[in-house]
Amino acid sequence: MKNIDALIIGAGPTGLFTAHQLRLIGLDCEIVDNLDKIGGQCIELYPDKPIYDIPAVPECTGEELTNNLINQIKNFNIKFHLNERVDEVKKEKDNWLVKTNKGTTFLTPNVIIAGGVGSFEPRKFSPKECEKFENKSIFYSVRDKKIFDGKTVSIFGGGDSALDWAVELSKNCKVNLIHRRDEFRGAQATVDKVHELAKAGKINLLTKYQMSGIKGSDKLESIDIKHDNDETKTLKTDYVLGFFGLIMQLGPIANWGLNIDKKTIEVDTEKFETNQKGIYAIGDICNYPGKLKLILSGFHEGALAARACFKLARPNEKYRFEFTTSSKKIKDRLGVKK
Amino acid sequence: MAKITYITNDNKNHTIDVDNGLTVMEGAVQNDIPGIDADCGGGMACATCHVYVKEEWLDKLPKKEDGEEDMLDMAFEPKQNSRLSCQLTVSDDLDGLVVNIPSKQA
Repeated sequence: MKNIDALIIGAGPTGLFTAHQLRLIGLDCEIVDNLDKIGGQCIELYPDKPIYDIPAVPECTGEELTNNLINQIKNFNIKFHLNERVDEVKKEKDNWLVKTNKGTTFLTPNVIIAGGVGSFEPRKFSPKECEKFENKSIFYSVRDKKIFDGKTVSIFGGGDSALDWAVELSKNCKVNLIHRRDEFRGAQATVDKVHELAKAGKINLLTKYQMSGIKGSDKLESIDIKHDNDETKTLKTDYVLGFFGLIMQLGPIANWGLNIDKKTIEVDTEKFETNQKGIYAIGDICNYPGKLKLILSGFHEGALAARACFKLARPNEKYRFEFTTSSKKIKDRLGVKK
Repeated sequence: MAKITYITNDNKNHTIDVDNGLTVMEGAVQNDIPGIDADCGGGMACATCHVYVKEEWLDKLPKKEDGEEDMLDMAFEPKQNSRLSCQLTVSDDLDGLVVNIPSKQA
């Protein structure tokens, strides 16, 4: 179990800058995020889209903003727990006992939820029966491609994941690639490759189709797909892969005893504390009168929540406000050599 | 201003006066019409404000940008008449628009 001053849930811009603020005032912290990379929505949803409303940064992309924020906390060597989701937050005397789905546990007086709109989960097929085959014959990501060797795999989707796997698996499997329209949004080179393989008979390309049903008792036997013109086809298949991107789900946060309204957590505007002492919510996930879902608001909320953390992490010390321009202590923490 | 009718999945009609300049998504969210999540807040980045537009309106709406069609790939049960309601800006021309809200957004 790790004893830390504060745990941040969410490695998006708000979580990253809050780590900076905590370390600046001498508190240690670690960050947990369900995604496999740092950056939150900025990286997952709009890495290439320009942002124009970061103060003093006229224009930058989601990826550039993330890289700059990572750079700003580089000297702090903050520990990230990626690919981990916080499942449990329980009161233990004056601390919170936090557990992730990978079994990591933290004991901390301060939990800062900077979770955006929740954790990213794969979007799934709509027919309800698909659930029963999930992680057996239906997958939303590939862990071990060898299981598909010599089998028939039906891949759904029109982005890079779907196209890349169609190309890759066509080497050793029979591949059906099914997409709801003729256009693909993946990289042009991969789209060309897919069309080439389709022409050569290596990929069975079916466009303007979507899944309408699935058959099989213990084992998946076939799927039904429906064309835009209502014509239906049945395809024998051993495996199905779905690549429809990610969706944000509030997930386990809903079970921590917090006041939640419309997927957001109610906080005060002094400490950004929730109805539970020592649990804060900042960034897109928090709600208060006048809340704006802007990155800059998340920065402000994180700065104030960090100061509130100080009181609980160092109950016998008095917090003293200092500027980065003049404080020797802060410069030492930042590793500024001058 | 335009009267917009949102038909929720339980077949209830909600007809709302929406000010010009707002989006069809904002009209729903501000009036607590259930079924439009709009997780990303109108950034064309999440496909959770997906609606089905009544056929006769399809040609009268502004054309889809590429980004919208790409996001619709991710939507729950997209159809020919699918749109992202955050990309439909309300004007007098949209008076009488009818949209159906899907059974779920993801």
